[in-house]
Amino acid sequence: MDTFISLDHGSGGLASQNLIGNLFLKYLTCPQLRDLEDCAVLGEYAGRIALSTDSYVVDPLFFPGGDIGSLAVHGTINDLAMRGALPLALSLALIIEEGFSLADLERIIASVARSSESAGVAIVTGDTKVVPRGKADGLFINTTGIGIASHRHDISGTKAQPGDAVLLSGTLADHGITIMGAQASIDIGGGIQSDTQPLHRLVGALLEEDTGRIHVLRDPTRGGLATTLCEIARASAVDIVIEEERLPIRPAVETACELIGLDPLYLANEGKCILVCDRDGAEEILQTMRRMPEGRDAALIGWVGEGRRGRVSLTTRIGGSRLLEPLTGQPLPRIC
Amino acid sequence: MKCADGFRSRDVTAPLVEEIGRSLERPVRIMEVCGTHTMAIFRHGIRSLLPEFITLLSGPGCPVCVTPTNHIDLFLAAADQESVTIATFGDLIRVPGSRGSLAAARARGARVEIVYSPMDALTLAQGEPQRTVLFPAIGFETTAPTIAATILAAEQMGIDNFVIIDAGKTMPRALDELLADPDLRVDGLLCPGHVSAIIGSEAYRPLADTHRLACAVAGFEPADILAGLLSLIRQVNEGSPGVANCYTRAVTAEGNLRARQLINQVFEPVDSQWRGLGIIPASGLRLREQYHRFDGARRLDLAVQPAQEPKGCRCGEILKGRMLPPDCPLYGTVCTPLQPIGPCMVSNEGTCAAYFRYGGGSREMKTGGLD
Repeated sequence: MDTFISLDHGSGGLASQNLIGNLFLKYLTCPQLRDLEDCAVLGEYAGRIALSTDSYVVDPLFFPGGDIGSLAVHGTINDLAMRGALPLALSLALIIEEGFSLADLERIIASVARSSESAGVAIVTGDTKVVPRGKADGLFINTTGIGIASHRHDISGTKAQPGDAVLLSGTLADHGITIMGAQASIDIGGGIQSDTQPLHRLVGALLEEDTGRIHVLRDPTRGGLATTLCEIARASAVDIVIEEERLPIRPAVETACELIGLDPLYLANEGKCILVCDRDGAEEILQTMRRMPEGRDAALIGWVGEGRRGRVSLTTRIGGSRLLEPLTGQPLPRIC
Repeated sequence: MKCADGFRSRDVTAPLVEEIGRSLERPVRIMEVCGTHTMAIFRHGIRSLLPEFITLLSGPGCPVCVTPTNHIDLFLAAADQESVTIATFGDLIRVPGSRGSLAAARARGARVEIVYSPMDALTLAQGEPQRTVLFPAIGFETTAPTIAATILAAEQMGIDNFVIIDAGKTMPRALDELLADPDLRVDGLLCPGHVSAIIGSEAYRPLADTHRLACAVAGFEPADILAGLLSLIRQVNEGSPGVANCYTRAVTAEGNLRARQLINQVFEPVDSQWRGLGIIPASGLRLREQYHRFDGARRLDLAVQPAQEPKGCRCGEILKGRMLPPDCPLYGTVCTPLQPIGPCMVSNEGTCAAYFRYGGGSREMKTGGLD
């Protein structure tokens, strides 16, 4: 077998068929995919259809705690879960640069398969394109997910209410600092790795017991917690106050952020969610989260205030106060 | 528990805040020189805890902010050369020169890499012997020793495709110049902890004597900063300004002699242009003659036209502590962190970026309760 991807692998001819048959179908075993039809036809489901798409261009492709394959599966599952939808199936589209290592591709497809299987959300359709060397950066992945949202819940970023509690399902900035560290070849130490994980089971468990007390679910990915809270505050026209000393941040992450000059509130997370709910239900919801492995480190981090200006502020550990603005541009390390 | 935790605990900071409130006898104006102090003050919400009679001014201690357009243009001219890779600290890539920024040059196809230390740039040069790797050597006494060490390493390893543009600056002379301005009316100086670790706290003695100015060297944790402010207020009250070292866990009176010796071995003082402050005698660092082969401007034959500072930009006044960011006509309207006009908006540690990020973006919100 070849060791590198060539343009032939994307031609639709024999080389493409070999790649699909020998590599993709070896790992991705869903019956709908195996038949290689033009589209997958799913079963009948009652409820509202939820649809989400995301493209993954992470560099490096492999990082502590995951790789572009697991990220592409979890990211789209989480986007569906954040509207309270039960994910049913995913598509997988690859854009591969000519010359990409087949061994790396195999590792990534195996990781996609593992992640999708353990999440119980199958890859049911796919596509592969190869572009000439220099026209892409190794490998890009797009996944689209389809799910069903029940009529019982109406979860949305516009639903935060004055007096609500703000919960976070776990520690902050693990993914962001892992990637920044890998890009800079800095060994962060402390066993820090990406938090990439699917959240649909956690959300499912929360919604199963819920009687309309959960108003907002959001995963603080790019832009981090601060930017995502700003989006919620603006969409719901409410003020949010977060307390610094309640934020769950691993000591090694905090130290690495200080060394490089980054603010953990602005770094990406790939397996955490913000939850805004009725104040009365907060403690019970928190306990439910903590019973699940994905929510083990969940914490109540703040409150929705009475103001309606769409602002987010942070009460610092020493009792000071500052506003949190959305991220502008890329986070850049400082000079000294 | 991390060692920093104690310096961030309310048990430690609350008594300091109270004592500052009790000690304050008259309005005082304090300049925090260092960009890292500016950021820490915002980040921990320290202003919101202080009595309103304390005015905190941000000084010229952000290396990116004081780098003049001319130097940025030199970096851009180097980036234009096909065989050159620019290896730079991240802060610098969005700073606009006369014709775009390094980020824009990268988008057009130039090789611009972000590094975390000059040694990383040297490693890059080692891996790509066919290219010239240029490191824009901006920064103060804190970064200069590492740059000097990198030059010496390059010499020892015989690496010939690594060059720098010597744009480094030194702090005390610039402060002396700045403080000579009678309009500034500064009572005390919160001196930069990192720079002082190298130059030592005694480096501020002449400033304290000449300008009858209270000086306190402080670290960057909330308790450090509050202790520094308290020391300054007490010195002002007692009418006996001097130099207090409130950062003894990192700073000694004479500083880091080995680091100072490294700087002196590789660099010599030169008159240097500071953005907004003009040319200050002997306030820059130039490669000594025996290291000229590491001088990127010579090696790559770089020359640029004298540059105009951006029109309407008041970074100069802000760096001098004469103006607060919201007073600049460009602030928050045409000049934002996403599309910065002046360098104070670009750098993480720039005063304008700090105001914008931690104070809220709009002009109207900014002007309320700032000092």
